[in-house]
Amino acid sequence: MSRLREWLADGLLITDGAWGTELQARGLTAGAAPDIWNLTHPEQVEAVARAYVDAGSQVILTNTFRANAIAMDGDLAAVNHAGVAISKRAAGQRALVFASIGPAGKLLAAGEIDEGQLQAAFAAQAAVLAAAGADALLVETMSDIAEGRLAVDAAKSTGLPVIASFAFDSGRNKDRTMTGATPEAVATAMAAAGADAVGANCGAGVEYAAALCRRLRAACDLPVWIKPNAGLPVMQETPDGTAIRYDMPPDFFASHYAALREAGASFLGGCCGSNPDFIRALVRVRCASS
Amino acid sequence: MPDLKKLHEAIIDGDWKTAAAVTQAAIAAGEPPLAIVTGCLVPAMDEVGRRFECEEYFVPEMLLSARAMKASMEILRPLLAATGAQPVGRVVIGTVKGDLHDIGKNLVAAMLEGGGFEVIDLGADVAPQRFVETAAARNANLVALSALLTVTMTSMKTTVDAFCAAGLRDKVKIMVGGAPVTQQYADAIGADGYGDSAGAAVALARKLVTA
Repeated sequence: MSRLREWLADGLLITDGAWGTELQARGLTAGAAPDIWNLTHPEQVEAVARAYVDAGSQVILTNTFRANAIAMDGDLAAVNHAGVAISKRAAGQRALVFASIGPAGKLLAAGEIDEGQLQAAFAAQAAVLAAAGADALLVETMSDIAEGRLAVDAAKSTGLPVIASFAFDSGRNKDRTMTGATPEAVATAMAAAGADAVGANCGAGVEYAAALCRRLRAACDLPVWIKPNAGLPVMQETPDGTAIRYDMPPDFFASHYAALREAGASFLGGCCGSNPDFIRALVRVRCASS
Repeated sequence: MPDLKKLHEAIIDGDWKTAAAVTQAAIAAGEPPLAIVTGCLVPAMDEVGRRFECEEYFVPEMLLSARAMKASMEILRPLLAATGAQPVGRVVIGTVKGDLHDIGKNLVAAMLEGGGFEVIDLGADVAPQRFVETAAARNANLVALSALLTVTMTSMKTTVDAFCAAGLRDKVKIMVGGAPVTQQYADAIGADGYGDSAGAAVALARKLVTA
């Protein structure tokens, strides 16, 4: 049995919620790269990680989403290493740490970048995340199957379990990625690439997640990772200026728990718009339903 | 006899080499440059937009078509300038301050260009003042703002506000788009329009410049 399946032996694991907005609440300026805070404000990053562990997250991620050589400049080895170290300190023995690998932000199909550059960037990031002691690697918010495959290959070479999660936010039914990939195509390709789990994160919102989960689950024999957005952002005037907030209440988000478990989700958390209150709400619903 | 049907197909298929070659041949055969744009490029990119709307095309296909259209436009642009032909409108486009994402912005820029607009692309992480100065200096009648992140979409409002402060708000129409942006947000910050896709952006831009 794979390590991933051992972790899931007692049932669904609750993961974490959004990090960027939580870091902003702690002073990260709009538009600044959150990953750099692993070096400049490690105590604030750790406070976010700890808030999720305290809320009941059994899996937390790392603040390393953009820390690949194509999306970001700087000492990426240090940023990635610190990101894992921070999350591990916050998790202690209470949660697993899955290290986040996000997309490069450039499109292969448009010729903005080639496979060799992507492969090198993902391999460098994955190696540092693994060496720093991550429990698993999460390739997330992918749109392009070819890029996802390169990231999974790089992540697999570390020997850690690998989850491949895509953002389904396009098409009339919000069931395609930006490049047009369906859940079936994603699940089949990622299973073939050797991913230990497949998933859907970010995307259109929690109300679309159960259908995506069911389709991913039906298309491969792997556990499914689900981390949807909490609705869409709205603007709010505050005394300090204009703020963006999400208007979905945590309890409404958590009310999708039963449908998502039914649909076959093995990992469940939130993406943009969620916060530790959403994780607490999920934990409450799970306690009440078991 | 220039084969403009072949140019139309090359753009829809995203074949930039054929698009460039057929454009050259058409010019050599005496086809007026403006007729190639209005009779071929614009309808071809409209068809690309239509295929996007009905989910035959996604972002990669659109980018390839845009590249083919650009290959043709690069040949035509100097010729058009020499004839004094006026574009449908002049648009300053960019991703707002703090945001480095440019895939969506590039797509909208290409679709607008394919739609007959003159496009001044300021790139990503563009400060409000640069939008204002460029729009004024280039006498643009349209400004298109992109943001991918919820944490940077507030820069759209500061950009709209900068046009107001500069006294230029009634000189330009401002359109906004990007993953977290909604019609409600566009209304709230005082933008003139919102497009939920690159195809919708072209239709919106045409509507705004003729309004």
